[in-house]
Amino acid sequence: MFNVETIRKDFPILSRKVNGKPLVYFDNAATSQTPQQVIDVIVEYYSNYNANIHRGVHTLSQEATDLYEEARQKIQNHFNAKHAYEVIFTSGTTHSINLVANGFSSVLKKGDDVIVSALEHHSNIVPWQMLCERTGATLKVIPMNEDGELVMSEFDKLLSKNTKLVFVNHISNALGTINPIEYIIEKAHNVGAAVLIDGAQSAPHLIPDLQALDVDFYVTSAHKMCGPTGMGMLYGKEEWLKKLPPYQGGGEMIAEVTFEKTTYADLPHKFEAGTPNICGGIAFGAAVDYMNSVGFDNIATYENELLKYGTEKLLEIEGLKIYGTSEQKTSVISFNLEGIHPYDVGTILDKLGIAVRTGHHCAQPIMDFYKIPGTIRASFSFYNTKAEIDALVEGVKKAKMMLS
Amino acid sequence: MSIEDIQNEIIDEFSMFEDWEERYQYMIDLGKDLPLINDQYKTDNNIIKGCQSKVWVHAEMDDDKVAFTADSDAIITKGIIAILIRVFSHQHPKDIIDADTSFIDKIGLKEHLSPTRANGLVSMVKQLKMYAIAYQTQLN
Repeated sequence: MFNVETIRKDFPILSRKVNGKPLVYFDNAATSQTPQQVIDVIVEYYSNYNANIHRGVHTLSQEATDLYEEARQKIQNHFNAKHAYEVIFTSGTTHSINLVANGFSSVLKKGDDVIVSALEHHSNIVPWQMLCERTGATLKVIPMNEDGELVMSEFDKLLSKNTKLVFVNHISNALGTINPIEYIIEKAHNVGAAVLIDGAQSAPHLIPDLQALDVDFYVTSAHKMCGPTGMGMLYGKEEWLKKLPPYQGGGEMIAEVTFEKTTYADLPHKFEAGTPNICGGIAFGAAVDYMNSVGFDNIATYENELLKYGTEKLLEIEGLKIYGTSEQKTSVISFNLEGIHPYDVGTILDKLGIAVRTGHHCAQPIMDFYKIPGTIRASFSFYNTKAEIDALVEGVKKAKMMLS
Repeated sequence: MSIEDIQNEIIDEFSMFEDWEERYQYMIDLGKDLPLINDQYKTDNNIIKGCQSKVWVHAEMDDDKVAFTADSDAIITKGIIAILIRVFSHQHPKDIIDADTSFIDKIGLKEHLSPTRANGLVSMVKQLKMYAIAYQTQLN
């Protein structure tokens, strides 16, 4: 049985006050909060298991290695990857994307096309721009419509035999739109292009079945799904990971080193140079366990309820406009008050203990599309409540009164 | 009036406010007043890009004093700009260079001049001082 009051007790931070008011945390799309179960695992690791992994002969090292590899298997099972070694631990989504972009610099050539979407986060635009500059490939963009949805008929037109790569976020961080990735993957594969899905905003809300999707690369961050920062993953199909060159040189990623030649280690170690974020990996596994114990079906149902409630309540405020009005979206509400700068509203809300994000959300092209400097973004998680949404609505009304 | 006198005057004014709401309402009202800068100076050259709100600053010499005008597209930012202009404008360059901004802390607006706050105000204060240094060099 899903009970939000019980769940809230798992998150110590939710009982703190900000500016003298109970914290209302609606910046979940930026980072999620950490439950005690995950905090305990982090403390436990440093209290009992801290050691370098994959190379020690001693017991601690072996135990830490086992925990770390066990976490990799948990993540493999969770996302239904075919092999555990297809899961590369990285420092997060941005690192994962850069790793793939770097690898493709030896694959792409002049005349090739790379397709991204108009809904991308800067971290999914800049690495590809850099890649295209290096290789002479052309960057093409799937346009969006007023509702904040990608225009699939335009995507169809962009595809050709020159398309080598398609990069799309599963869910837009700025607007919450869920993109039709099944369609995109199928169409891209029909012309022989590889697909990378940025799952930073989807993994906290649903479970993508990587084998069923048949996606080539899927990336996400632990800190968006109740895990620690500085930790994330790159899933890549075995054939691709074998094909791409290593990203960084160092310890752990080698099989044999002489000054004449180095041979690289097998997957996943080929892409995990140096001592990894061991505790982070183990805690990532614990975070996935925690979310599964809450249950992703429960999470989806409850978050949709919050989205519906929040949308209705906010729209009752005159002069409030919501950006991103697709039928297919997660619990993100991006909005503005007419004639008022989002930064001003965010400042007043902060005074009331309400944490929202304001600005362009690292998605400037979307703001340019709507011709606005930014939005106020409230993103709900399964530990938020309708009472907190009421507090937000009252706060926005107050901000409107003070600022108009 | 010296920079310090003006700062003390502002501290006095703010001490009358009971809570954050009154403080903010006062700044918002300051921000709603007429534009603080001539439109011709709202150019890309004069823009200080904070992450979220835009801030424009223009400086010119008025006898041996520096006159500042500035503006922002966010109203609370603009209110703080109005306070900063009141303190720093029409002062000798050297006094501007030497002045500190700790009065912002005393009037309960510290967070707005925090280097980690992406509103352009920290860069704005830096810019005011840069202008003062430039004019001071000219005077020498």
